[in-house]
Amino acid sequence: MRVALFATCFNDTMWPETPKAVVRLLERLGCAVEFPFDQTCCGQMFTNTGYLREALPLVERFADVFDRYDAVVAPSGSCVGSVRHQHAMVARECGRPDLVARAEAGAGRVHELSEMLVDVLGVTDVGASFPHRVTYHPTCHSMRMLRVGDKPLQLLREVRGIDLVDLPAAEECCGFGGTFAVKNSDTSVAMGADKARHVRDTGAEVLVAGDNSCLAHVGGLLTRQRSGVRVMHLAEVLASTEGEA
Amino acid sequence: MSGTFVGMPAFPTAARKALEDAQLRSNLNHATHTIRDKRARVVAEVDDWEDLRVAGAAIKDEVLTNLDTYLVRLEESLTRAGATVHWARDAAEANSIITGLVRETGAEEVVKVKSMATQEIGLNEALEAAGIDAWETDLAELIVQLGHDTPSHILVPAIHRNRAEIREIFLREMGEVGTPAPAGLTSSPPELAEAARLHLREKFLRAEVAISGANFAVADSGTLVVVESEGNGRMCLTLPETLISVVGIEKIVPTWADLDVFLQLLPRSSTGERMNPYTSMWTGVTPGDGPQDVHVVLLDNGRTDALADSVGRQALRCIRCSACLNVCPVYERVGGHAYGSVYPGPIGAVLNPLIRGTQSPVDKSLPYASSLCGACFDACPVRIDIPELLVHLRSRVVDEKRRGRPSAEGVAMRGASWMFSDSRRWERVQSGVELGGKALRNKPTLGRIPGASAWSDARDAPAPPPETFRSWWERERGR
Repeated sequence: MRVALFATCFNDTMWPETPKAVVRLLERLGCAVEFPFDQTCCGQMFTNTGYLREALPLVERFADVFDRYDAVVAPSGSCVGSVRHQHAMVARECGRPDLVARAEAGAGRVHELSEMLVDVLGVTDVGASFPHRVTYHPTCHSMRMLRVGDKPLQLLREVRGIDLVDLPAAEECCGFGGTFAVKNSDTSVAMGADKARHVRDTGAEVLVAGDNSCLAHVGGLLTRQRSGVRVMHLAEVLASTEGEA
Repeated sequence: MSGTFVGMPAFPTAARKALEDAQLRSNLNHATHTIRDKRARVVAEVDDWEDLRVAGAAIKDEVLTNLDTYLVRLEESLTRAGATVHWARDAAEANSIITGLVRETGAEEVVKVKSMATQEIGLNEALEAAGIDAWETDLAELIVQLGHDTPSHILVPAIHRNRAEIREIFLREMGEVGTPAPAGLTSSPPELAEAARLHLREKFLRAEVAISGANFAVADSGTLVVVESEGNGRMCLTLPETLISVVGIEKIVPTWADLDVFLQLLPRSSTGERMNPYTSMWTGVTPGDGPQDVHVVLLDNGRTDALADSVGRQALRCIRCSACLNVCPVYERVGGHAYGSVYPGPIGAVLNPLIRGTQSPVDKSLPYASSLCGACFDACPVRIDIPELLVHLRSRVVDEKRRGRPSAEGVAMRGASWMFSDSRRWERVQSGVELGGKALRNKPTLGRIPGASAWSDARDAPAPPPETFRSWWERERGR
């Protein structure tokens, strides 16, 4: 199967290990992964801050770059959420009916990583090994925008050697929220402090999630607290094999 | 005698103050989690909950789409049933109509059923200015009023108070305005309720005029409906001779049968009960039974502005249940006062800018008072897509700012959009990031960063890597 990787601008630049893990993982499962170099950003930050006019060229660019693929995968619930649930809205509010149609047609082809694995490829055991105590935070946009449900947990449960523990109040937002994290930093930190406390209560060594943006927020609190807990993207756990983790 | 929200600062400023209040945080955490869990339990019992939500949204949308027709029908039904209908464009007009009606009766005081519409228009303050005492009879509204306070929750306006604080307010204030609290009052809930009962009973038996809102107004029959828990509303709706009800124009349901849907949705969503203890319904005047002088004030006060917004109008489906407040991670930590309105929480963050506009600092900031986590939409019994509305209103705030002097944020966003519009421009920026990453030599995180205190005062920032994904791919596999 030919799959295009949308690395997302954030991961491409700040967390290259995550898209690298997606490539390793998908190739291990027999996919041919392509990385279109003309990709940039889905425009989520612009849209969610109210800058729809600034998001519009990025919505159009996304369609131009990825329209030619049957399947697109991205290691981010919120970026996929933006593509699937906001691109058509941005085009509509900017008075671009042609682009609305393209965005609506393309939406179903873009998958978050756990959807790609479970729904498209039909696997839950991806042959991973990760002998660590892990807790999983379901990010809001993967849960309430994409409705990935327990797909990430189905994948994690099949990982060899993993000690997967439930995160209390898992479904509560971590407080990142894009520009919310700086526009309302006090509230954001108050929310993140509770998330970090729940993570520490589990005794996990590693906090796993499907969005590096949320992990940067909670992880930033955890390292500032010198908690000894590290954060890791779901893709990197699933790409790990025996002897390397 | 209660406070007002006039001149409130922007949300982040008010939120910071609230976050520092440990007692408030503890009161809110306890109360929101208790109601949240209760709601989740009783909603899970209903097999067709999703169908009910869809039906509730559809009924409200039908009314909102044909509001002109339904309003005239409601007026005809009410008039036929012996009620007098008044139309109020805004708060000032509503307050002047109501003040005039109370004056005509010669009464110098009124008893009040808990009503969001009357809080919204500041009716108590208007009556006070006219020399008329307005007594709140809902227990929580009484606590807010006696405490010279402002409400912080739609359903539980005194949610920010705990029992010990309520006891102090009762002991200090009740005697000033009527029957005092019994000496030796403790903070046990039954004793506090008994003190309120004694205090209010005197006012119920004396009152000649009552003022209410309405949860629903049935267009076909002219029936108004009030849903409540305590029975204090029932006292107000039955004992006095004159009853004045202030009803937002979006409160209409077409027929009696439509109540079937809402009387299932509302109690489970608001108090987490299968059924609320008191549902009062009245249709104009019934000779010899209940109030004989019945008035209904139909209130716009910005609702038609919300209606004119094709995305925003879904906010008018709101049945004021508060489910969105109780599940909101922002509300849970900050409380209601920071929203600068009687409508706090997620619904307040959209409803206030829609009906008041986006001119004041607080109204401009409200659409941003959310992490867009989406818990509010999942809890909403009439499927208001609050996250979608928040983004829509953010774009309104941004577009209004475009007319003035360019803001730093606006310039940065335009620049970033220009950069992302061409992958070569973006790659040049990435090269700069790689240089930074190489200089930092694989440092995992950065500590405090000067100029980025909003992030890094409390959180370490991630350090950039020496090689982007794109560079890795190009090095390993070529372009």
